Amino acid sequence: MSITVKDVSKRFGEFLALDQLSLEVPSGALLALLGPSGSGKTTLLRIIAGLEIQDSGTVLYQDEDVTGARVRDRNVGFVFQHYALFRHMSVFENIAFGLRVRHWSRARVKERVHELLRLIQLEGLEHSLPSQLSGGQRQRVALARALAVQPKVLLLDEPFGALDAKVRQELRQWLRRLHEEIHVTSVFVTHDQEEAFEVADRVVIMNQGRIEQAGTPQEIFEQPANPFVMDFLGNVNVFHGRVQDGRADLGGFNVEYPEYTERESRAATAFVRSHELDIQRVRNGRPALQANVVHINPARTVVKVRLHAEEFGVWLNVDLGWERYNELQLRAGESVFVLPRRMRVFVQDYQI
Amino acid sequence: MRIALVAFTILVMGVLIVIPLVNVFYQALAGGGGVYWRNLVADADTRHSIYLTLIVAPLAVAANVVFGVAAAWAIARFRFPGRTLLTAFIDLPFAVSPVVVGLFLVLIFGLQGFLGPWLRAHDIKVIFAIPGLVLATAFVTFPVVARELIPVMEAIGADEEVAAVSLGARGWQMFSRVTLPNIKWGLLYGIILCNARAMGEFGAVAVVSGRISGQTDTMPLRVEKLFQEYNMPGAFAVASVLASLAVVTLLVKTGLEWKTRSDLAAAARETARGKT
Repeated sequence: MSITVKDVSKRFGEFLALDQLSLEVPSGALLALLGPSGSGKTTLLRIIAGLEIQDSGTVLYQDEDVTGARVRDRNVGFVFQHYALFRHMSVFENIAFGLRVRHWSRARVKERVHELLRLIQLEGLEHSLPSQLSGGQRQRVALARALAVQPKVLLLDEPFGALDAKVRQELRQWLRRLHEEIHVTSVFVTHDQEEAFEVADRVVIMNQGRIEQAGTPQEIFEQPANPFVMDFLGNVNVFHGRVQDGRADLGGFNVEYPEYTERESRAATAFVRSHELDIQRVRNGRPALQANVVHINPARTVVKVRLHAEEFGVWLNVDLGWERYNELQLRAGESVFVLPRRMRVFVQDYQI
Repeated sequence: MRIALVAFTILVMGVLIVIPLVNVFYQALAGGGGVYWRNLVADADTRHSIYLTLIVAPLAVAANVVFGVAAAWAIARFRFPGRTLLTAFIDLPFAVSPVVVGLFLVLIFGLQGFLGPWLRAHDIKVIFAIPGLVLATAFVTFPVVARELIPVMEAIGADEEVAAVSLGARGWQMFSRVTLPNIKWGLLYGIILCNARAMGEFGAVAVVSGRISGQTDTMPLRVEKLFQEYNMPGAFAVASVLASLAVVTLLVKTGLEWKTRSDLAAAARETARGKT
C-alpha cells in the first residue's frame, strides 16, 4: 500500500511545523524521515498515522483519501518512541490488544500472538510484564503489537532512540530483515543518519518543515542536493571562498570550476568529506593545502587525523585508511599537504 | 527541639483526636453490648437515619466518580481555554462553608427558588427529600475524586491511551482496558475518601434536609438530634458507627496510599527509563 502526502501544512501556534510538504512512499518501501529536531519529521509521521490533523493538504493510502479518517479506522501500525506498552498487561495481552478490540475469537488470538512471538523471538516471555523486559525486548513487543492487526502501513517514531548502541545495531539489522520478510510499507523517523542509511531503502531529508532531498541512500550520499544536506550528513570539511571565470578559490585550494564562467565573482562554499581528502608528504603540483598534524585518532576502520592550516586558519578532518596511514607514518606536529580527491561546490544565490 | 516538637504534636493529637475517639466508643458501650445494640436498632428514626445514609452516600459517591473521572481526564489530558479556571473551581466546595452550599441549593431548587415553580409543576421534590440530600452531599465532596486522579493521570501520561486508539480501540474500550486499570488504585482511594466525607456530611445536608425525623435525617443529623434530646447513649451509639467508619477508612486509605505511591513511583521510573 503506497502512501501519498500532498501539500500538507501544519502549524503549532506560531511555529510552522510542516510547510506545503508533499511526499510519495512507494508500496512496500522502507523509508526513513531524517532530519534535525524541529524539522517536522515526527509531525509528518503522526499526520500520516492520523494522530495529528493537518491544517491543509491531503493524505492518501493507495488511492483512498484518509484525510478525515480517524486513527482507529486507518489500520496503521504505530510504534511509539517510548514504546507505550500497556504496563498492566502481559506481553501476550499487549500483542493481543488490537485483536481483542476487534473481537477476534480466543483461538485465533492465541494463534496469531504465538505467530508474532516467534517472529520477534520472544517465545516463552508471553507472561512477563513490560517492566520485566529489557529495552530491546520492549521495542520488539511494541513492534509485534503494531503488526498483530496486519496494518496497511507501519509507522515508527524514533524506534531505536531509547536503546544503547549495541542493542540498536542488532535491532536495526533485525528490522531490515523483518521488512524483507513481511514487506509492509514502512516509514520511520530518525535523527541518526547512520541508522537511516543502514536500514532504509529510501531516505527523505527534512529541514524546517520541508523536504531537502529524497532518494535512495546512495543517491543522497553521492549527490547531495544542497549545502544543507551536505552539512547535515556531517563528517565534512567546509571551505568558504569565491568563484569566478571558471575557477574557484576556496580557502587555499584553487581549483577549476567550469560550471561558473561569469566575470563577476560570487561567494561559494565547498564541502569535502573527510575520507575524500588525502595527505601527502610532498607537493605534487595538484592544488594542496599545507597543514600541521595536530591529533591522530585511530578509530575502528579508519584513522582520524586532525590538521590545522595556519596560513588560512582552517581546521581539517581527514579519514585515512589504515593502509595509507601505515604508509605515511604520520606523527603529530608534522607539516604535510592535504589534497581533495573530490569537492562539491555550491555557489550562493546572488544576494545584494 | 525535636523531642519537644514530637511531644507537642502527640499531645495535641491525643487531646483533640485520640481521647475523644476513644471516649465515643467508651460512652457508646458504657451500658454494655446489649444496650448498645438496642440503641442502634430499637429506635425507628435511628434505623431510618442509618438506612438513609446508606442510600445517599453511595449515590453521591457514584455521581462524583463519574464527574471526577471526567474532570481529571479533561484536565490531565487536554489543554483548553479555561483549564486553569476549571482546576481552581474544582476546589471551590472545599473552600466554601457547607452551610452556604446548602443555601445555594435551596435558592435554586427550593419552592421559592429559581427552579421551584418548574419542579412543582412537574411534581419533583428536591429540597427536603433524597435528591436534595444527594445533591448537597455530592456538591460538598465534589473535589475528592478528581483531586486524587489528576496527579495519577498526569504521572501515567497519555501514551498508552494513544497507543490503544492507534490499535483500533473505541473510546470506551480504551477507557475500560487501558485507562481504568492504570488509575484503579487512585480511583479506589478517591472513592473511599469521598465515601467517608459523604457519610459524615452535616452542614449542607442540615440545610436542605429540613431535618425531618424518620424522613430526611441522615446519621450525622441524627447524632446531633439525639444529643439535643439528652439521649447520650443513643447519640454515642450512632456516633460510634460513624467513628468506626472513619477508622476503617483510615486503615484502607493508608493501605491504598502506600499502593498508589508505589505505583506512581513505578510510573515515574518507567517514564524516566523510557526517556533515557
